[in-house]
Amino acid sequence: MMYVILGCVAWAAGWMLNVRLANGPRSDERLMQILIPLIFGATIIVMWEMFVIGFNVNPVFLPRPTDIIARMAGEGPRLWADFHQTIIKGALSGYLIGGLAAFAVAILADRSEFLTRGVIPVGSFMAALPIVGIAPIFVKWFGSDWESKAAVVAVMVFFPILVNTVAGLRDTTKMQRDLMRTYGAGYWTTLIKLRLPATMPFMFNGLKIATTLALIGAIVAEFFGSPTVGMGFRISTSFGQLALDMVWAEIVIAALAGSGFYGLVTLLERGVTFWHPSQR
Amino acid sequence: MVCARGMGMYRSILPILTVISVIMAVWVIAVVPMNIHLTADQAQRDGIAVTPDTPIARRNVSGISLVVQNPHLIPLTYVNTRPNLPSPHQVGGELFASIIDQKITSKRSLVYHGWVTLAPTLLGFAIGTGLGIMLAVGIVYSRVMDKSVMPWAIVSQTIPILALAPMIIVVLGAAGIQGVLPKALIAAYLSFFPVVVGMVKGLRSPDHMQLDLLRTYNAGASQGFWKLRLPSSAPYLFASLKIGISASLIGTIVAELPTGAKAGFGARMLVGDQYGQPILSWAALFAAAITAAALVGIIALIERGALRKMGMMSA
Repeated sequence: MMYVILGCVAWAAGWMLNVRLANGPRSDERLMQILIPLIFGATIIVMWEMFVIGFNVNPVFLPRPTDIIARMAGEGPRLWADFHQTIIKGALSGYLIGGLAAFAVAILADRSEFLTRGVIPVGSFMAALPIVGIAPIFVKWFGSDWESKAAVVAVMVFFPILVNTVAGLRDTTKMQRDLMRTYGAGYWTTLIKLRLPATMPFMFNGLKIATTLALIGAIVAEFFGSPTVGMGFRISTSFGQLALDMVWAEIVIAALAGSGFYGLVTLLERGVTFWHPSQR
Repeated sequence: MVCARGMGMYRSILPILTVISVIMAVWVIAVVPMNIHLTADQAQRDGIAVTPDTPIARRNVSGISLVVQNPHLIPLTYVNTRPNLPSPHQVGGELFASIIDQKITSKRSLVYHGWVTLAPTLLGFAIGTGLGIMLAVGIVYSRVMDKSVMPWAIVSQTIPILALAPMIIVVLGAAGIQGVLPKALIAAYLSFFPVVVGMVKGLRSPDHMQLDLLRTYNAGASQGFWKLRLPSSAPYLFASLKIGISASLIGTIVAELPTGAKAGFGARMLVGDQYGQPILSWAALFAAAITAAALVGIIALIERGALRKMGMMSA
């Protein structure tokens, strides 16, 4: 019971501290904008730890955060191998294949106004569908190693990137295109100097949506067959062994990988579209 | 305006049909090389001449060259009972047989499986949307919540939670929570964050001018909420609802996939896969796609009606 009270006290203290900080004079500074959510996250973890001890929760249902951290520290090489198999081989290669294919199709479709009008609605329709459902089929087609995961990921990321890129290619105004024509620029020059740069903010929108999809596809596809390595494989087998701390360790890695991947794409976006109003 | 809008739709119908028929054509053509190995094996057992004439020799030949060497087998690739890639008419036939030709109480009816998936999706979506709107109101009116919770709401969208759906189902099942509720919780979780993020944006969408105007009218905080902030958040809300409902449906299906669920679209996809009946999997996949499209379509219809009534969309 002590621990439960301690957990509540920690929560109240963290919340009060945040109230002071958020209503304080320096709350709009960058440091505070990072510090306040961190304090909030920390109080939740402390409360989690205290409640699990206090209520004597069976670790099969919910392990303690300290157990998870200990597991992560002790299983470094194995977690790295899983990360490498699922994120780098499966998700990243699928993301690149799907992204490049979407980009190529977008450029092709853009040559015809007629096709563009068809591709956007069909593509956004496809993007809303439960495409992960193809995972068992693809595992059968491409075998259980990373190729099938990359294929599932490629299909999942294809449509959001396609729709956004096609929409972006249409974004230039008539004035801008006329200006290019007065310069005597042909299709390719106009594409490279005007329309592709104008597409980038849109395309990065699609690329950012696709990062999470890529991880989901790679992990879920491993539930249907995988070599004895990979995050999805580890999650489902550790689960079978009731090693919930290992499952959570993989969840933490997946969360970090997800935000890291998103962050990387955002950084890249900032570099490429530095001229766009949203970045200034 | 109705006219222009109608014209816009009309102008898009032909391009959309073109794109769809290109996709269908690719599918129909792909059926042949995808199934030719299976078909050749079967044809040989039935006494039809096939080159090369041993299965082992055929394994080293690509699908396309096998087709070129055996053009007489092409029609047979479309009627394989256990194809690698079923043809459109096989999937369509299975859809018809399992939706219209079955009693909806039958275990073979996709309507039955659809309801098993749809019920937790809708329940979860309702819970997730309700909680999401409440949290968004909290975030907009409380500086502390804004500063401490909002960053996490945004970060959480980059985390592949969906991949953990099957585990969550099993944990809750072990804790004695079964039936509709565990799947609904996942659906709720997935629709929750899009609604929070969209509603926060929507509730903040009135600009200073409008807020100042209300202040000059001597309107209180609650009037400001009901008369200005809430109505102006409607377009944002509907955009998030469309994302949320498809996320909910995908979550429920993934939750059903590897957990040994006995009914539902996800279970159906897996059953077809494990018992060598790929046509069943494909039919379930398409039925899920149709359901997703219908759900998003219904919300889009409500959106049009509501926004038009509120005068936010030209009639």
